[in-house]
Amino acid sequence: MEKELKILKYSDLPKLIERFRSQGFPVLAPVRKGKVVEIEQVQTIDEIALDVLLSTQSAKKAAFPKVEKVLDYTLAKSGVTQQPVDLDSFQETILFGVRPCDASGFKSLDAIFGEEPKDQFYLQKKAKSTIISFSCPVADEYCFCTSVGGGPGNTTGSDLQFTGISKDEILVEILTEKGTKLSALFADLLSVAGSGIDKSKFLADVKVVFDVDGVVKKTTASFNNAALWLDQSLRCIGCGACAFVCPTCACFDFQDEQNTKKGVRLRLWDSCGFSLFTLHTSGHNPREVQSQRWRQRILHKFAYMPEQLHVVGCEGCGRCSRACPVDMNIKEHLTSIGAIV
Amino acid sequence: MSELIKKVKALLNDKTINVFVGYEKGSADRIRACFARNEAQANKVFFDASCTQNLAGYLLKHEVKHFGKLGILANVAALRSIMQLASEFQIKDGEVYVLFANPDGTFVEFNDFHSIEAYLQTTDTGIKAEEQERIASLEAMSNNERWLFWNKEFEKCIKCYACRAACPMCYCHRCTTDVNQPQWIPVASHERGNLDYHLMRAMHLAGRCVNCGECATACPMDIPLNLLTYQLISPIKETFGATAGMKADATYALSTYKPDDKENFII
Repeated sequence: MEKELKILKYSDLPKLIERFRSQGFPVLAPVRKGKVVEIEQVQTIDEIALDVLLSTQSAKKAAFPKVEKVLDYTLAKSGVTQQPVDLDSFQETILFGVRPCDASGFKSLDAIFGEEPKDQFYLQKKAKSTIISFSCPVADEYCFCTSVGGGPGNTTGSDLQFTGISKDEILVEILTEKGTKLSALFADLLSVAGSGIDKSKFLADVKVVFDVDGVVKKTTASFNNAALWLDQSLRCIGCGACAFVCPTCACFDFQDEQNTKKGVRLRLWDSCGFSLFTLHTSGHNPREVQSQRWRQRILHKFAYMPEQLHVVGCEGCGRCSRACPVDMNIKEHLTSIGAIV
Repeated sequence: MSELIKKVKALLNDKTINVFVGYEKGSADRIRACFARNEAQANKVFFDASCTQNLAGYLLKHEVKHFGKLGILANVAALRSIMQLASEFQIKDGEVYVLFANPDGTFVEFNDFHSIEAYLQTTDTGIKAEEQERIASLEAMSNNERWLFWNKEFEKCIKCYACRAACPMCYCHRCTTDVNQPQWIPVASHERGNLDYHLMRAMHLAGRCVNCGECATACPMDIPLNLLTYQLISPIKETFGATAGMKADATYALSTYKPDDKENFII
């Protein structure tokens, strides 16, 4: 659909949240918790940290949470009885105040979980999420969205996008059918946007630091360049912080928790950075050392996903670098891959 | 060229070491570990008061050990980690070249574990004042308040295991939490899974934690995990007279029996 432009007053934001809440929609938004910013359910505008650069974790948990029940089962002499999760029980949810890189991160997740066999747990939750992103007025040195095809005002994946254009006014872009439907709830708060608003004037300046096509080609060609991966990852300690804050990392594990009578099957986040990730029952591990796991992380995003799913598995949000306890900086690593001659 | 860089180059040139684990400037205003194997890499080695990461954990990393003889730029926490690792038979005397960075910017070579032990006797190895205050405030809480405090903190946990990966004492090849048949610790990052994991980890570090604080620094969710293990330091000292990371041949308080051990915890 062709996008529609409207104006909303900042002073009407409390009403907006009230309206969503009164309609029974859970609203997930960034909330400050000490030094971290979580994306959590909120009741009022006051809880929302709209001035933060980025939440610590991405918004993916709205459709792909860290722990998710996929099955209940009971055990009896007669056999196992399964009670699948009711997929219709997921609630219509509003993601509010997330960044464009969060919204566009769902594009990668849609591609991954949308492959056959389709992942209904993710897809149903995603279908019931409406995303209101806020464009970025500021960026920091870890941001590189423009190098991977995004940008501080990128609308991919957003149903509505808000951009502050003055102290009092927000430019509202209505981008999808879902966005139109939701905006009908607050149509009375919207006024017509004058023509000639230059949104780009209100966006952060994020410099392009590498050519993504070049990086994809060179990453693909570097599989056997063991020295490259070793040099980059010597300081990597093999935790999962990068993967768990990433808006596009989608690997998971299943674990059953049960007693003698019943159990529950859970889907949990997993990470290729863990040595356990590829450990075989035999004791053999095809990715024996951390440099091979680091290579997998980069190749998955910049070689396998472009090849198989036609998307780059990175939004340039830089969360992995900010969260990394040992300062693995993905922007720097990709730039150096791009510079390989 | 700094004295430190000269020293590292000399060590590499005369083959005293094959790799020097030190610090370099990282992204933004961060400091990161570096692994100098040649002159160009040695030129990046850097040290000032902001270099606080405990690098000792890297001494056990397979790919770092693979280079051959290791050298390390150690702070007090790293020295203590080396002592503790030695007492747990993870590092042998003479295996690692240790250059100690004094907070005043001077460097001391330690040629053997004995000289590290002697130095540690003369220096402040205690918990920082602000952390002591936090521990005191935790201890002043009622059991219920403390329970609520930790549950609130653990709510944030995403089980990325950065705390475990950053801890120089968490070197098990197969951590209890990774064993899932049977699941000793629930694998999931739900309420019980988080609680069980952190309590299990704290228990495994009782009498072994060298109060470097890497677990808390590493946590992307800003959970003050160091307070958990720090709280176990004084009970172990009071009960068994033992402090971790002070001697290379220390026996581990919780796995050693002495006839005169206190038995007042037996109900």
